[in-house]
Amino acid sequence: MTDPISLRVNGVEHSIAADPNTPLLYILRNDLQLFGTRFGCGLGLCGACSVLINGQKIHSCDVPLWDCVGKDIVTIEGIGAPDNLHALQQAFIDEQAAQCGYCASGILITAKSLLDKNPNPSESEIREALDRNLCRCGTHNRFVRAIQKVIGMNEGAKHV
Amino acid sequence: MSNQAKTSLPQYLLLNSRLGQRMSFNADRTITIRPGKVEIGQGIISAIAQIAAEELDVDYSRIQILPVDTTISPSEGSTSGSRSIQEGGESMRFACAEIRHLFLEASAKKLNLPISALKIKDGLIYGNNTQAGVSYWDLLADVNLDVDATGRALPKNPNNYEVIGLSLPRKDILSKVTGAAFLHDITLPGMLHGRIARPPSFQAKLISFDQEPILAMPGVKKVIRDGRFIGVVAEREEQAIKAMLLIERHCKWSESALLPDMNELEHFLYAQKSEDEILKDVGGSPSDVGAEINATFTRPYLAHASIGPSCALAWWHDNCLEVWSHSQSIFALKDELAKILKLDPEQIIVRHAEGAGCYGHNGADDVALDAALLAQELDGSPVRVQWMREDEFAWEPFGPAMVVKLSGSVDSSGQITKWHEEIWGNRHIGRAGRQPKPGLLAAWHIGEGMEAPLPVDMPIAMGGGSQRNAIPYYEFPNCKVLNHAIQSMPIRTSALRALGAHLNIFAIESFMDELAVLAKLDPIEFRLRHLKDERAIAVLKTVRAKANWQPDFVSDGTRGYGVAFARYKNVGNYAAVIAEVLIEENIKVKKIFAAIDCGLVINPDGVLNQIEGGAIQAASWTLKEQLLFDRTRITSRNWEEYPILTFSEVPKVEIELINRPDEPSLGVGEGVTGPVAAAIANAVANAMGVRLRHLPMTPKNVIAAMGE
Repeated sequence: MTDPISLRVNGVEHSIAADPNTPLLYILRNDLQLFGTRFGCGLGLCGACSVLINGQKIHSCDVPLWDCVGKDIVTIEGIGAPDNLHALQQAFIDEQAAQCGYCASGILITAKSLLDKNPNPSESEIREALDRNLCRCGTHNRFVRAIQKVIGMNEGAKHV
Repeated sequence: MSNQAKTSLPQYLLLNSRLGQRMSFNADRTITIRPGKVEIGQGIISAIAQIAAEELDVDYSRIQILPVDTTISPSEGSTSGSRSIQEGGESMRFACAEIRHLFLEASAKKLNLPISALKIKDGLIYGNNTQAGVSYWDLLADVNLDVDATGRALPKNPNNYEVIGLSLPRKDILSKVTGAAFLHDITLPGMLHGRIARPPSFQAKLISFDQEPILAMPGVKKVIRDGRFIGVVAEREEQAIKAMLLIERHCKWSESALLPDMNELEHFLYAQKSEDEILKDVGGSPSDVGAEINATFTRPYLAHASIGPSCALAWWHDNCLEVWSHSQSIFALKDELAKILKLDPEQIIVRHAEGAGCYGHNGADDVALDAALLAQELDGSPVRVQWMREDEFAWEPFGPAMVVKLSGSVDSSGQITKWHEEIWGNRHIGRAGRQPKPGLLAAWHIGEGMEAPLPVDMPIAMGGGSQRNAIPYYEFPNCKVLNHAIQSMPIRTSALRALGAHLNIFAIESFMDELAVLAKLDPIEFRLRHLKDERAIAVLKTVRAKANWQPDFVSDGTRGYGVAFARYKNVGNYAAVIAEVLIEENIKVKKIFAAIDCGLVINPDGVLNQIEGGAIQAASWTLKEQLLFDRTRITSRNWEEYPILTFSEVPKVEIELINRPDEPSLGVGEGVTGPVAAAIANAVANAMGVRLRHLPMTPKNVIAAMGE
């Protein structure tokens, strides 16, 4: 058995006993019970498993555990909780931006990564940023509207 | 109780008549309702909760929902066909009305007032002039819900609705944007992980398999082989996946080239033996019908392609098999598992938990059997099986390829004088439990193996399948429609959103535009001339106004507008659609306008969400989607070989709802799919003068159409 590996997720240090080549996705879901990160394709093509690693949006199905050591990993659970929602999560609820919702947490992660870098993206910049997040229910326009709503709030805050 | 009152009850309340089965009143002053329909991403359980809140006169926040569970929930068939509000909503509505009445009777005694003097507000029953009331929860000892529905208490008059008609938030979104929310996220104590190593093609035969190297892998607990079904169970999920991949390397298969040529599907379908049926034949064979045109429309096989691959949990314990599934047909799945596993149905419990979006019959039921087959070998450990992306693409039942051939004529006054239509393709319903042969994938691989049964259709009066919407909703003096249901199935097919209605409406509504050109009439005007139903006319006129339709618009070749109409199943919701397309490097659908009449609207935003989604998914089918295969194997195995519309490519959708509170509610999940496809084709013809009759509208198919 390999030595335990130290992993920092949502600001908490964890000791993980698993094959270092294990994709991060399965560590998050099955060792840390962070189920908001979802399996979609295993090939980095659909975005359902998106997490932030050192602030970058990464497909967790496609990155091995060993490559995450010493880095800051943030999952949807680290963005906000039911009793302490992030503005993006609140906007998704306000806009009823979900049908099945399976892709929603990956889209939230991508949106968070976008707004962290560019607080005032245009609509086409939002859509481009989300082009590697697939949605099958056809909820795309609601997701974009929810993200724009948060940008509007940021704008409002700037003018206060 | 009169018989008449009882027979006026909705069918699924008559079949599950115990009122107490429908709900429990909890100590914390909430109510847990037990609908018979399942959440598959469409928001249905929230809409049924809204109906319950209305009929019980309690706040929506007090309603909790138990997912369908074979030990306690009413059995209301499958959650499909856009029938959940009509079926599951109605049974809940009548049950709540009667339960409300039982509480009114009990409180009338307690308060010593006639029922007519009582009102209910948020579960509190009070008289006109008394301060103190009694609540539902105060009366639990006085009310016996363990009785059958009688039909003596009618639901509210829609004029008195206060909750129905509001855009209340769905109850399932909070968990979906914060963390665990799906069946996929359930963990049971001691749970193991399973994967199935499927054959490389539908009819592949297993020559040899050496399981020794697999058993030596870290974490592997068991390899299960039965016929050409091979499963593996491991302690950790990634170990099960690794083992599955290694099994594939240690199997020798013999394969045959049994699939049709994917570029010649039209001729393949014509060549198959078929069951032929005349769906409509009026007007004989008229002579002198005016100018006649012919056209042929096709679609390829389409995938449901849910973002989350199918998943199930199974646990064999205490001589009982407990299964968690995101099936649309929880009770039918239980019976099918019993049949295949040769168990008493009483030994099986199936509990619904949400899966990723469901757009028809996908792998949900199949993976439940996979998990059950593994669980039976595991001495009491629960097992979770999730299909890989490649499994989902290669093994889900696909929406069938179809052909529609049309010929028609218009006279000099612009009336259609002849309409002849023939359709070819598989029937559309391959769900388990519809026929004697087992309907679950692994059942065809275990033991000696067997052929999958051919799918069936429902009778046309119940919505049909291949023949859904094959009969035009328009009034034609001469109309002949013939169905050729093919009797071979080289590629597994079953129900995909809208079933045959998608291509049938695509063909009919494209051809209506072709005939309008022949008649030199505006396509909306042309349709209105052939419609008598006022509600159909209303949606067309509404969408015309909403899109600011210009009958005289002349395209410069870069932009076009197209219209289409259908009444889903010819008895369901009315949908009129206008598409705006841009001709760029590819065809881009910029905007879709829709006018929808679905009778009484329960939750306007929920309805909009469903229609937006249906429109975008249909635009994706129309522009991009086709299952790829060679003569042996399915080759669409992931998103690169089955691309769907992305955020930058999806159209904007603007919808006008025509609410009709006095008309029954009609489901909206599927109704726009056919009209959207046709409106896009009509818009392309408007922009480019090129008629696209073969889906999808890939550059290859567009170039081919330009050469016609």
